[in-house]
Amino acid sequence: MIVGGWRPAEVVDVVDASSHARVLRVRVTDWPGNDAGQHIDIRLTAEDGYQAERSYSVGSYGAGDIIELAVDEVPDGEVSPYLVRDVAVGDQLEVKGPLGGYFVWRAGGVVPVQLIAGGSGIVPLRAIARAMSDAGVAASGRLLYFVRTPEDAIYRDELTRDAEAGGVPVTWAYTRGAPDGWQGRVGRLDDSGIAAASWRPDDEPLVFVCGPTRFVEHVADTLVRLGHPASSIRTERFGGA
Amino acid sequence: MAVFSRGFGARRRDTDPHLPPGQYLTEDFPVLSAGPTPRIDTDEWSFSIRNEHGEVVSWDWAQLMDMSIEDVSTDIHCVTRWSKLGTSWRGVSIDTLMAQVETDAQFAMAHSYGGYTTNIPFEDLLDGKAWVAFEFDGEPLDPEHGGPARLLVPHLYFWKSAKWVNGLVLMDEDAPGFWEQNGYNMHGDPWTEERYW
Repeated sequence: MIVGGWRPAEVVDVVDASSHARVLRVRVTDWPGNDAGQHIDIRLTAEDGYQAERSYSVGSYGAGDIIELAVDEVPDGEVSPYLVRDVAVGDQLEVKGPLGGYFVWRAGGVVPVQLIAGGSGIVPLRAIARAMSDAGVAASGRLLYFVRTPEDAIYRDELTRDAEAGGVPVTWAYTRGAPDGWQGRVGRLDDSGIAAASWRPDDEPLVFVCGPTRFVEHVADTLVRLGHPASSIRTERFGGA
Repeated sequence: MAVFSRGFGARRRDTDPHLPPGQYLTEDFPVLSAGPTPRIDTDEWSFSIRNEHGEVVSWDWAQLMDMSIEDVSTDIHCVTRWSKLGTSWRGVSIDTLMAQVETDAQFAMAHSYGGYTTNIPFEDLLDGKAWVAFEFDGEPLDPEHGGPARLLVPHLYFWKSAKWVNGLVLMDEDAPGFWEQNGYNMHGDPWTEERYW
């Protein structure tokens, strides 16, 4: 983990990820690189000096001075609506980080790895999936991604394309609406659904769960009930309870 | 050199003098922890303090409930930048518990069910600054917020307020706890932004 002070950054690319989320690529001055799963603090400064700071997960990893963020708009939020709706290529902000030394996976790290994401909780897990592919151990990874509908999925096309090209396999779970022709169930996954899409406790996987608080509580409780030791389950939660 | 974000500020929040630098107000009660939520029954719960000589004093739930219980109204501040103002708690002051413990130690390591640890200078736990809290907002503390009991050290960032707390180990020398080994500050004062290493 490296923190350092605030580093100037410039938005170099913005892509709509869903009707309420965008992927931003940001060039950060003197960025030291980051591990897969780490996060950053962002500081925005209005022209009259007013400032706001928030934490965001990083969807990319490794060396290079361009990092990728995926921001989901929080209704009534102050920062995320600006990042999702207003910010444009060439705009400036500041970044502190990378942050966090626990919710990370590095080449040579424990396998197998189970990744379970809810909504925008995919962002740090996307970085871990990328790191596993680059390390040649994608087949030891499994990603279970819960979204309300296909249109709500961040990284939908990339995850599908990567999986088809030998990257980390993805199991989609739709909680409100599935794509046409979907054979599986729609709704909250029960224990057997989560078990079927995951490495078994006997495989001794390291498990990363990221998403809204209630989602993470539900999934982590289920994993413990299925027999995964609590010490092998790493969680990252966002939003209130 | 200042960096300005073009067009930012349209949805700015009111600033509040009770808000430390870099924090924003939330009405929610966010949940942050590194793993699954441990679920501990009060009849299996206990809390112990071990001094630097290895002597241990322990309390079970009934004994804790028999001690002097205080109402605490306070602001809380998370290193992930949310703050919540005017929260209300009930708990037993660490001063009350320490009346039964002899020590000259300078530091404490809080330990929790589930294995979490966090280090705190001992003086930050004394003189009405810290509690073993078991009620929030008039209700028993939810497991996801650290129930049945958590440490409450509101003048430090909230990762120091260990959830599911089951003891303090008093130490002559400081040592990093869980998040401190993973990049967070050894002290954690929100007003001087002691967030990271």
